[in-house]
Amino acid sequence: MTLLDTRLRRIEASPCGQVCDSRGISVAHKEDGVLDKTPNDKWVALIRRINRDKDVSAFEVLFDHFAPRVKSFLMKSGADNTMAEECAQEVMATVWQKSHLFDPTRASASTWIFTIARNKKIDALRKLKRPEPDELSWGAEHEPDQEDVISLQQETQRLGAALSELPQKQRDLLEQAFFHEKSHSEIAQDTGLPLGTIKSRIRLALDKLRHSMS
Amino acid sequence: MKMNKPISHHLTDQDLLDYSTGKLEESFALAAAVHVSVCDQCRATLDSFDAIGGTVLENSSHQEMSQGSFDKTMALISALPSTKVTRKEPSNLPDALAGYIGKSLDDIKWTPIGMGVKQKILHTGDTGTARMLYIPAGTAVPDHGHKGREWTLVLQGAFFDETGHFGPGDIEIADPTVEHTPTAAAGDACICLAVTDAPLRFSGILHRLVQPLLRI
Repeated sequence: MTLLDTRLRRIEASPCGQVCDSRGISVAHKEDGVLDKTPNDKWVALIRRINRDKDVSAFEVLFDHFAPRVKSFLMKSGADNTMAEECAQEVMATVWQKSHLFDPTRASASTWIFTIARNKKIDALRKLKRPEPDELSWGAEHEPDQEDVISLQQETQRLGAALSELPQKQRDLLEQAFFHEKSHSEIAQDTGLPLGTIKSRIRLALDKLRHSMS
Repeated sequence: MKMNKPISHHLTDQDLLDYSTGKLEESFALAAAVHVSVCDQCRATLDSFDAIGGTVLENSSHQEMSQGSFDKTMALISALPSTKVTRKEPSNLPDALAGYIGKSLDDIKWTPIGMGVKQKILHTGDTGTARMLYIPAGTAVPDHGHKGREWTLVLQGAFFDETGHFGPGDIEIADPTVEHTPTAAAGDACICLAVTDAPLRFSGILHRLVQPLLRI
């Protein structure tokens, strides 16, 4: 099994219904014959157009949505405005350049872009290399199975919904764990919470997310 | 990397979370990348953490991009070398490791460190140490403890110690409390990737003397 697999167990298709993202992006977007039930599907179709057609207008839509989020991520990780701006541009350029490596059966667009932004952070802020696992991709000719694409994108949609239902405190700690260049013990110092509490809260938040997916 | 049997020693969830969030030092990230390359179970866990990272990114605040940033990005793109999709040359090693030692374990230029044991220090940019170890079948690595963490990932052959048996793909996670004597199993020589964030502590006086020379 691929997908999010053992942890975020494959869920039967539940009525995910009419979902809009926080900015109310339409869910009724149909393109490339991809079934567009969620905003994630829209990103999948856009990245496909970037890869196949070198479509600048598709890239601009993706850029407008993700570049400000990537910039925010980098600033929370300790970059100043200038550096975060430059790095966000480089991250988006990488998105264009590596669009052929995006595999919608394994990751949503936001997950894929998160991994590129994280690697940029390690490279630019920590000056370290980032050894990456081997790609599982089957090569350029491989056409992803639409069912797998839809199922992965629906899981992502549900993960997003589950995240927004977490108590604010847990959501904050999760964001710190992912975004900030801080160890758990530094987060403990900042928040005044005992280290054990931080760890168990993050674990609790992750467990809740997992359970919400099963 | 020949995988004869299923992997039975894994990274912990906490290690995978630290790898996903980019908090591991380069040498530990290298070991994590190699293990995940061959371990479906840990890959699935890592994918799920990455997915949570993506969801946090999707739902996080925005920081407005400066004027003209899109055009600047397009200019960056036109300056990029075009990436052709090339078929990778077949390699027995995960890409992450090949970047440090070359395409094959046979390419390694070993330095003998005694009793037939050989090592090769890898160049990582962090404060930890990553090295390849070659241990002839049946040979024991001197009894040692750690001041910090030590991860040992088997690439060829196998070793066993007080905590279990480790074959290709298996990773042993040893913290400062572990004192062990890893011994290469019979058969092929055991080749491992060992990463530490503090020098090893060998029990014998002779080893304590030579340790700074060997950088282990």
